[in-house]
Amino acid sequence: MAIPPGSTAPPLSSRSPATTAARAGLSLRQREAVAGYLFATPVILGFILFTLGPILLSIFFSLTSYDIISTPRWVGWQNYVTLLGDGLFWQSIAVTTKAAVVGLPLGLALSLGLAMLLNQKIRAVSLWRTIYFLPSVVSGAAVAVLWLWILNPVFGIVNSLLRQVGLQPPDWLNNDATALWTLVVVSLWGVGGSIVIYLAGLQGIPTELYDAAKVDGATAWRRFIHVTLPMLSPVIFFNMVLGLIWQFQWFTEPYVMTQGGRDNTTLTFMLYLYRNAFSYFQMGYASAMAWIFFAIVLALTLVLFRSGTMWVYYEGERRR
Amino acid sequence: MAVRATRDTSSRLSWYPSPRWRRTLWQAVVYLIVVSGAAIAAFPFFWELTTAFKSPPEVSAWPPVWIPWPLHVENFSLVAGVVPLAQYLKNSVLVVGLVIVGTTVSCSMGAYAFARLRWPGRDLIFLVLLSALIIPGAVTTVPSFIVFQKIGWYNTLYPLIVPSFFGSAFNVFLLRQFFMTIPLEMDEAARIDGAGFPRIFLSIILPLSRPALATVAIFTFMGTWNDFFTPLVYLSDQQLFTLPLGLVFFQGSPHTAMQTQLLMAMSLLVVTPCIVVYFLAQRLFIQGIVITGVKG
Repeated sequence: MAIPPGSTAPPLSSRSPATTAARAGLSLRQREAVAGYLFATPVILGFILFTLGPILLSIFFSLTSYDIISTPRWVGWQNYVTLLGDGLFWQSIAVTTKAAVVGLPLGLALSLGLAMLLNQKIRAVSLWRTIYFLPSVVSGAAVAVLWLWILNPVFGIVNSLLRQVGLQPPDWLNNDATALWTLVVVSLWGVGGSIVIYLAGLQGIPTELYDAAKVDGATAWRRFIHVTLPMLSPVIFFNMVLGLIWQFQWFTEPYVMTQGGRDNTTLTFMLYLYRNAFSYFQMGYASAMAWIFFAIVLALTLVLFRSGTMWVYYEGERRR
Repeated sequence: MAVRATRDTSSRLSWYPSPRWRRTLWQAVVYLIVVSGAAIAAFPFFWELTTAFKSPPEVSAWPPVWIPWPLHVENFSLVAGVVPLAQYLKNSVLVVGLVIVGTTVSCSMGAYAFARLRWPGRDLIFLVLLSALIIPGAVTTVPSFIVFQKIGWYNTLYPLIVPSFFGSAFNVFLLRQFFMTIPLEMDEAARIDGAGFPRIFLSIILPLSRPALATVAIFTFMGTWNDFFTPLVYLSDQQLFTLPLGLVFFQGSPHTAMQTQLLMAMSLLVVTPCIVVYFLAQRLFIQGIVITGVKG
């Protein structure tokens, strides 16, 4: 983003520099420091009150048994030990992993493929981009309610159409075999955000690379493998890390559309954490879960970063 | 468009040499995929829009009523007869409005201090702020709830609004990056003219940063307007519900079962402002996504 050309500083009051400097007997440097602290105060205060404080409290609570009414009782590592033997905890990890293992690559392929199509010379390209992006601006509860209607087993348009062609469609969201995958597919509807990121990445690839590859006789497929993918790998990497974190926080759709499923088949990690904290009021237990979540995401991100040195190509990077 | 491309293909099939033929065929395939994908992306919106204006028999009719006529506008007042819709809307507007003000004011102030002013400890503090971004929201949810509950803010709108007035590391980072692109000479020229730091902030930095501020405001709007989790955790009194929470409450209440047209009408109310904002500020939106990587 650049400053618009021709813009100048708006007119300022003509207060004399001498009087300002003399004020309060501080040097210019000191006054700058005071201003710096004053301007940063809300943010620093907010960090202490709403980030650092809660983090420290969360560590403490995770080592206690606490139902929010009686005083917290110190239990040491007990919550973590209990978690390891908690079937539903493992169930929530399994659900989240399944959704991530299927959903992330599908989302990646879908958004990259669509971004490449929208990067072609086609007519009304901005119209298509607008339409593809639209679903991703309306996340959350409204979307969940809308899809509940579309997937309604009796009157929903999807099942009505399927019955019309002679199939016996299941009740997608109330069926142990289909519920989770249905949620994953519904979440794919909102891939517009990553399409935009990939489009920006594609447009950043210099055309000379493609021209050179063509001169060398590379087919479209080889150009994709040897030019597009390596040049796009930082963007893919970035999207994967974001997608991973997002996957663990997946809450609204499972909560609204399946309430975790009949046999907890859609009990995502965040949903189980929510239940522990706000349905069973096991604050200590829920805090311990949050820290395990942090440890898992941190470990996976580090693994991604580590593997990234093998497959992510950064222009201008110096090889070791 | 797709139709035309396809017809071109069939009529030219045998007349043109191979590379040309293949290009046309490829074009046809591209249009076919793009158009059918767009149809899938757009259909749920269309379905929501039309269902919201249907009568109950039209909702369950087969073959489906694509465009209902007359429009059953009374669906919206019917919703308002079952749940306090106006109150939900008022709460949502209040929360979103204050959160946007709080976020832009506190984050731009912080960004100014970190981007343009020199003070001891600045870089260290900034680093600490940034590194805390890797701690997921799930970690702070439970202790924040406990603290807000202890100071009597449970079942009030305060936990939804007040934190925004104390900045957020991510938006501070975003604005700081933008502020740093403004030439320092502008500050110096203003200083020579006798402007103090607050004046430089208000008269130079803020006016020149309108696109960045608008991006922060838009993303704050989308995030807060659509937020379901925070209201769900903190609000129990129906009179305090925001629209998304009210919608899910309405959806779950037994006497609205099978009143799909009412659900869609209410859902439309939640969705429409986002779509309007998106159309009004599409360029800023796309720019913001590319910079931040935030998915909607």
